[in-house]
Amino acid sequence: MIGGLFIYNHKGEVLISRVYRDDIGRNAVDAFRVNVIHARQQVRSPVTNIARTSFFHVKRSNIWLAAVTKQNVNAAMVFEFLYKMCDVMTAYFGKISEENIKNNFVLIYELLDEILDFGYPQNSETGALKTFITQQGIKSQLQTKEEQSQITSQVTGQIGWRREGIKYRRNELFLDVLESVNLLMSPQGQVLSAHVSGRVVMKSYLSGMPECKFGMNDKIVIDKQGKGGTTDEAGKSELGGSSGKQSIAIDDCTFHQCVRLSKFDSERSISFIPPDGEYELMRYRTTKDIILPFRVIPLVREVGRTKLEVKVVIKSNFKPSLLAQKIEVRIPTPLNTSGVQVICMKGKAKYKASENAIVWKIKRMAGMKESQISAEIELLPTNDKKKWARPPISMNFEVPFAPSGLKVRYLKVFEPKLNYSDHDVIKWVRYIGRSGIYETRC
Amino acid sequence: VKKREIFELKAELNSDKKEKKKEAVKKVIASMTVGKDVSALFPDVVNCMQTDNLELKKLVYLYLMNYAKSQPDMAIMAVNTFVKDCEDPNPLIRALAVRTMGCIRVDKITEYLCEPLRKCLKDEDPYVRKTAAVCVAKLHDINAQLVEDQGFLDTLKDLISDSNPMVVANAVAALSEIAESHPNSNLLDLNPQTINKLLTALNECTEWGQIFILDCLANYTPRDDRESQSICERVTPRLSHANSAVVLSAVKVLMKFMEMLPKDLDYYGTLLKKLAPPLVTLLSAEPELQYVALRNINLIVQKRPEILKHEMKVFFVKYNDPIYVKLEKLDIMIRLASQANIAQVLAELKEYATEVDVDFVRKAVRAIGRCAIKVEQSAERCVSTLLDLIQTKVNYVVQEAIVVIKDIFRKYPNKYESVIATLCENLDSLDEPEARAAMIWIVGEYAERIDNADELLESFLEGFHDESTQVQLQLLTAIVKLFLKKPTETQELVQQVLSLATQDSDNPDLRDRGYIYWRLLSTDPVAAKEVVLAEKPLISEETDLIEPTLLDELICHIGTLASVYHKPPSAFVEGGRGVQHKRLPARAGSGESAESPDVGQAVSAVSDAPPAVIPSQGDLLGDLLNLDLAPPTSNVPPVPSSMQMGAMDLLGGGLDSLVGLQCSSLMVSSVLGGAPVGMPAGLGAAPAVGGGLGDLFDLGGGVGVTAGSYIPPKTVWLPAMKAKGLEISGTFARRSGVIHMDLSFTNKAMSVMTDFAIQFNKNSFGLAPAGPLQVLTPLSPNQTVDVSLPLSTTGPVMKMEPLNNLQVAVKNNIDVFYFSCQYPISLLFVEDGKMDRQVFLATWKDIPSENEAQFQIKDCHLNSDAASNKLQGSNIFTVAKRTVDTQDMLYQSVKLTNGIWMLAELRIQTGNPNSTLSVKCRAPEVSQYVYQCYELILRN
Repeated sequence: MIGGLFIYNHKGEVLISRVYRDDIGRNAVDAFRVNVIHARQQVRSPVTNIARTSFFHVKRSNIWLAAVTKQNVNAAMVFEFLYKMCDVMTAYFGKISEENIKNNFVLIYELLDEILDFGYPQNSETGALKTFITQQGIKSQLQTKEEQSQITSQVTGQIGWRREGIKYRRNELFLDVLESVNLLMSPQGQVLSAHVSGRVVMKSYLSGMPECKFGMNDKIVIDKQGKGGTTDEAGKSELGGSSGKQSIAIDDCTFHQCVRLSKFDSERSISFIPPDGEYELMRYRTTKDIILPFRVIPLVREVGRTKLEVKVVIKSNFKPSLLAQKIEVRIPTPLNTSGVQVICMKGKAKYKASENAIVWKIKRMAGMKESQISAEIELLPTNDKKKWARPPISMNFEVPFAPSGLKVRYLKVFEPKLNYSDHDVIKWVRYIGRSGIYETRC
Repeated sequence: VKKREIFELKAELNSDKKEKKKEAVKKVIASMTVGKDVSALFPDVVNCMQTDNLELKKLVYLYLMNYAKSQPDMAIMAVNTFVKDCEDPNPLIRALAVRTMGCIRVDKITEYLCEPLRKCLKDEDPYVRKTAAVCVAKLHDINAQLVEDQGFLDTLKDLISDSNPMVVANAVAALSEIAESHPNSNLLDLNPQTINKLLTALNECTEWGQIFILDCLANYTPRDDRESQSICERVTPRLSHANSAVVLSAVKVLMKFMEMLPKDLDYYGTLLKKLAPPLVTLLSAEPELQYVALRNINLIVQKRPEILKHEMKVFFVKYNDPIYVKLEKLDIMIRLASQANIAQVLAELKEYATEVDVDFVRKAVRAIGRCAIKVEQSAERCVSTLLDLIQTKVNYVVQEAIVVIKDIFRKYPNKYESVIATLCENLDSLDEPEARAAMIWIVGEYAERIDNADELLESFLEGFHDESTQVQLQLLTAIVKLFLKKPTETQELVQQVLSLATQDSDNPDLRDRGYIYWRLLSTDPVAAKEVVLAEKPLISEETDLIEPTLLDELICHIGTLASVYHKPPSAFVEGGRGVQHKRLPARAGSGESAESPDVGQAVSAVSDAPPAVIPSQGDLLGDLLNLDLAPPTSNVPPVPSSMQMGAMDLLGGGLDSLVGLQCSSLMVSSVLGGAPVGMPAGLGAAPAVGGGLGDLFDLGGGVGVTAGSYIPPKTVWLPAMKAKGLEISGTFARRSGVIHMDLSFTNKAMSVMTDFAIQFNKNSFGLAPAGPLQVLTPLSPNQTVDVSLPLSTTGPVMKMEPLNNLQVAVKNNIDVFYFSCQYPISLLFVEDGKMDRQVFLATWKDIPSENEAQFQIKDCHLNSDAASNKLQGSNIFTVAKRTVDTQDMLYQSVKLTNGIWMLAELRIQTGNPNSTLSVKCRAPEVSQYVYQCYELILRN
């Protein structure tokens, strides 16, 4: 298991060092600094073995988190734990920075003592941790016996992510369907690969211990219902608003630990008792029938050895009534660029020498429109034999729909012990599609 | 730390004000973190321990854990508080005390820990119990005996049935860890009842607990395929968990238990389909996890290629992927490349070859070459892509391209040689040994088509001694090839290189190779031509395959560091912990080999299988005898098999293999006959050379003196009663590569017998008399005559039952008599049945695992060397040997006269008379006969 956990600043100075196992000595702290942080070469692997000691590291801004072990540990678990550790710290004191870590080092040690015992990760749900690691100087006598046992049963219990006795005057929930659409297109406009990775993020402000059931236009469910002829559920409580006839094929999905996986496996229904506040209910991936919100048509011409002519057309491909925002097209330029002249029909375009790219920004663009940019790039003559690699043209944008076609069909809330019903809960749904890695080769 | 600072802290620690105290402890911890020694403050800090402020208490505990070991006597001061805290009404305090106490590695404290721990293990609060469970593991790490004596292990086992899932999970984790250091303790007594409890807890505990439980489940071996299936069914829902580690651990359990499921089961197919999507999803995790996932997918793709064969696209490299992710993806892309997706793959690889990172670009170029070799239809496109890349003139791209083009030439001889001219243009820019060696090989191999081959090679010769060994060896071979092809113009050149290699070099490999060429050329140029210009075996399609037993072991370690390093835990874990070798469970029903309808079919299946040769590096024999060329990535010596055979025959005394005889006797004569013509005068080193050759022979034979094959005693095949007074007894033997039927004819009748003749019925392996039966006639009453009848294997074939049954008809002047006998199948094991190690590896992997049969060989008291020696006498060759702890694993190959290869793994445990034999063959019905031979040979 994890033998020790160290946090370093960018210079390699130790900010936090917690050793869990006897086989990890102080020299391990230095070994990582010398061999990884101060290494001349770029890091070639997130797992490093130095003198029979394995180091796992992740970086957050310029802070290094390293877990150390001498055993054959579960590597995936160690990384998951490091990410979790980052989440917990962020939930407690915000951004992970040298200053924040130094200011909160007592808290971090307390957390490390709690969420890692002898190198075994323990309950690391912030919701539960915040009930008893508070840095408020709680005096143990001040808690009542009931409070204490409530804490311990939550930390160790089946529903470790939610405490009992939550009360809201207004029961409300927000559902965000956040998708990032990824594309790799050939210069000829052929889709080389495209997929949507989506997340359903939920903010719940619900009283008691509510049972929730979430439904979407999952092809498998819809097909099953179609056969059975029972569509009442689908018709009754539609949340999406728009026509949800069409169903989508989900390649794979993963769920927050609150979702009953065995129930999903057998009935494909998503039921759970949600954590309080914001959390990620599920992640999914689709590859079929993706709506690609933009098409990029590049045209690069080399005029002699010292000039390039670039023309890029973008076309928006969605309902004219919808508006895309924060559109940015990034056209890479060769390293030996000496000057650039740009003309664009819409938005603003600038050559950024430090980033070796022309950045073209458009604030808003409606569906079924097109726009274009043309640029002349002057090049310095070089004797470099190597050809310019022509990195792909990339795009960023945000659209108010889900490119996968996913629709939320319902989210039902049952709380049998308290007197509010599904109808009393105020529900909000929002769809945001963003560009992931959206590239067109040129 | 400055004295003043310590002094100030001391004062603050002893302050009356609580806030000041707390601040002081914080300062102490801060100093401790950065590595300053603040142990001098021990008593003062411990004094702060008795507080009702939890936060302060935790800080003091942190300090204690760090320094108690260096101040054991003073640490005792803390015991009282711990014991008191363990009785505290607040469960959080009780747990904190027991958790911290376990981290203080001081013997005296451990003694005091036992009682509180016992109470805490049975505490009413689950939080305390789950902490106490881990504490048992801590205590075990400090003093294992104490834990056993105190009976904590039993209490821990009871916790597996606890009502709280987290307690169960921690108890499982603790027990698993303790069990690792007691391999044979049966501590984790996993039975269907406990498994059921674990599966129930799996649905309810935290994500981390699920990992502990799944990792523990993976160590269980279900009793049969039904239990295996029911566990799989309960584990599959975990594949949708958001935590990648839970997913990977579930994949591990499924991959392992799947081994036991019959392949024709519907559920087997369903399970295969269920595995792909979660594996793909892992690739959208953070980059570090992607890396872990990719390393594991690499293993999974080797073990079960069918799972991800349609998922090529997800392994396409993204521009912003970290380099470690890019390199791993590339590896998997090559493995998944097939005719169906090759166009896409090539287009991608071409893109990658223009990227910035040098390692990545090199690997991409090499991948293009691998595609050409793997998918024949794409070879032409690959070659033209490589030529385009060479035109870029980017130095490392050119060099890498030349290295792979050489492999393509090997795979498709006489197809793409038109590009040689382009390659030659780049000769000057090559500065890496591997590329230089590859280019030299090309020049030597195609010397007859390159007009100025001599000039090109000569230009390399100038700096001969500055070249690396690889290039020197290659240059030597290439010039000899050139000489053999164009003897008239290049005599001077070859003289020059031979003297450079033999006289001016202190590299023994180079010298030896030089001498061998020298002698070959000076004694028999025709033989030299046969050796040096021999046809080369094909090269394999797959590279870098992991050895099958290691692969199986790594599959059992999916998700762990071992799967990331692709090494068994023993390679990187110190001490005994966690280094037991894990094995995949055997498929149900292995051991009985399934009947296949027709041997003929199976035989043709074998001969259809393409010969696969994978480059071998570090193979001593290969290096020494590699008369041809040795860029380590591409080829295997063309001659060794015959050389080897010659060598063995020399020692065994039977000189009969044609090629072997030729070249071995040739070499021996040159050694024994002193310095042959043309040898440098100063070669007083002849004995030394002889010794060297002797070593070579030793290697070839594996063992110096080989035992002869085992010949069973004669048995009566035809009793006199049934054959009108003629009794025939006999046995079979294989002598010097020829099969003999040794027969004794006894005349028990009253009259003389004459006119003997023999005939065989069609049989499984086409055995037939190679000549007429030579019986001295007449056979008078009571006379016995022994006849040895040579047999051939070219007769008509028909499958017999049993397979080794032979029906014989013997005729004499009285009548025709029929009898049947069974021959040991070892009769059919041919002398050149030693497979190259790498070929062995690839073939082993290639043969589906349902063709594997396992047998027990009982009461065999031989050690592995003796066994190997004995088996070799019967042409069962040991290809490689691996020793793991006390177990020796012999990897052996056998070739039958009809070309069927049998691969076997023999596990011999020191001191254990029972060994395990696993036999893999494309014609599995032969396996049990091979097993019989093993038994026969090893027991006699």
